[in-house]
Amino acid sequence: MATYSTNEFKSGLKIMQDGDPCVIVENEFVKPGKGQAFNRVKLRNLKTGRIVDRTFKSGESVEAADVLDTEMQYLYTDGEFWYFMDPNTFEQLSADANAVGEAKKWLKEQDLCTLTLWNGVPISVTPPNFVVLQITETDPGVRGDTASGGGKPATLETGAVVRVPLFVETGEMIKVDTRSGEYVARVKDE
Amino acid sequence: MPHESGATPWRPSASLETLRKRAALLARTRAFFAQRGVLEVETPLLSRNGNPSPAIDSMSCETGDGRRYLHTSPEFAMKRLLAAGSGPIYQICKVFRQGERGRRHSPEFTLLEWYRPGMDYRGLMDEVDELLQHLLNTPVSEKLTYAQLFRQHLGLDIHHASQTQLQACATQHGLDARLGPDDDLDCWRDLLLSHLIEPRLGWHAPLFVYDYPASQAALARVRPGPPALAERFELYMQGIEIANGYQELTDPAEQRQRFLDEQRQRQRQGRESPPVDEALLAALSHGLPACSGVALGVDRLLMLWQGIENIDETLSFSWQRA
Repeated sequence: MATYSTNEFKSGLKIMQDGDPCVIVENEFVKPGKGQAFNRVKLRNLKTGRIVDRTFKSGESVEAADVLDTEMQYLYTDGEFWYFMDPNTFEQLSADANAVGEAKKWLKEQDLCTLTLWNGVPISVTPPNFVVLQITETDPGVRGDTASGGGKPATLETGAVVRVPLFVETGEMIKVDTRSGEYVARVKDE
Repeated sequence: MPHESGATPWRPSASLETLRKRAALLARTRAFFAQRGVLEVETPLLSRNGNPSPAIDSMSCETGDGRRYLHTSPEFAMKRLLAAGSGPIYQICKVFRQGERGRRHSPEFTLLEWYRPGMDYRGLMDEVDELLQHLLNTPVSEKLTYAQLFRQHLGLDIHHASQTQLQACATQHGLDARLGPDDDLDCWRDLLLSHLIEPRLGWHAPLFVYDYPASQAALARVRPGPPALAERFELYMQGIEIANGYQELTDPAEQRQRFLDEQRQRQRQGRESPPVDEALLAALSHGLPACSGVALGVDRLLMLWQGIENIDETLSFSWQRA
């Protein structure tokens, strides 16, 4: 079992806590002059995304989490699992709804996603920062209406709903920032 | 930090302006002590013996003439000078503590340490205060005992509170600390102090905290109780610990006992322990004058003065760049 000492703590380090893999987001060394030193750590649970503050006695060791990020191509879903393929080895992996989470509304076949694997099993899926998706439904734009400015909702081929400008129409391709869920631009000749 | 290109960062971690401020701070410190007739001394950085304190880990190196320890403070050698009749002395030097690295910690840092024969620790608190006023033009300090501090901030009777009560207090304040079953009262006290109290201290004026639990005496004299109290003080400014001082322990038998206790504690924890400093014990047997002493972190003082958030930016070359 690999372990890390608190001396090795730094942001990005992946450790096991209460049976879940976590990543260190922040690490602060605190020490009263003549007393016990502590590492005050902000941890993100890689399965739930929750962030917690925890304090360790300096000098202690914690179990390392066998976690790695890997780029894989999204293939398809059968409704229960989402299937991905390593573009180099053609090895396939399936991720369940828990692991895919919010990412599922951005997943389009053949897009490259980042999969976080724990002991070889996907625990989270991060879509590309930008995806290009077709609008399957949106209200017709009102010609000449530039005053309302607020845009309108549009449903995309993956089921995601984003706000788009009034001039954008059903059937068009648009680029979306998956981190904010915001419309970026119309895409022609995709 | 200044921008630079290329693979190996070679530039200083501190700005040149900060380095000029550091020089000014040192010059004004020396002027302060010169005016008061306190003698500047230098003692060896490398010594055969080290500090067995369980709270501090020494670094050591091969010298070609046996293994030697880098000092974690110049305390032992300075006490030998005092026993030899030096009178009041001060030293500004680099000290080394293994594994202490963070926003306010560097494994190599600068201490100002001084000793005052014939002055008690309360008098020394006042002199530290005067130095701060001289250096940084600070307002007159405030003083609280360790017990008052815990009562005021956490409503705890710290000298009588049980481990369960301290644990409950930590939980109530949302602290998630993984301490073991054999972690003692002091570990919990340190947790509460460092996490819940320290960040709130010394914002209006420098704050001295004094009269610590006897179990945290380190090298301070213990005043019999109940409760027995260590005649020790710490100085806080803007949530940062700046200095630690003692009514110095002068009794050689008790000093030997404390060293042995500390060594045993280290052994229990499976940690290496430097050999006991017999020369210090011999000096105490010869006679250390009644005195008080204090060590003050120069880099941290510079941080406060210049509003610097990370100690690395006060160092010409940080631990990383050294």
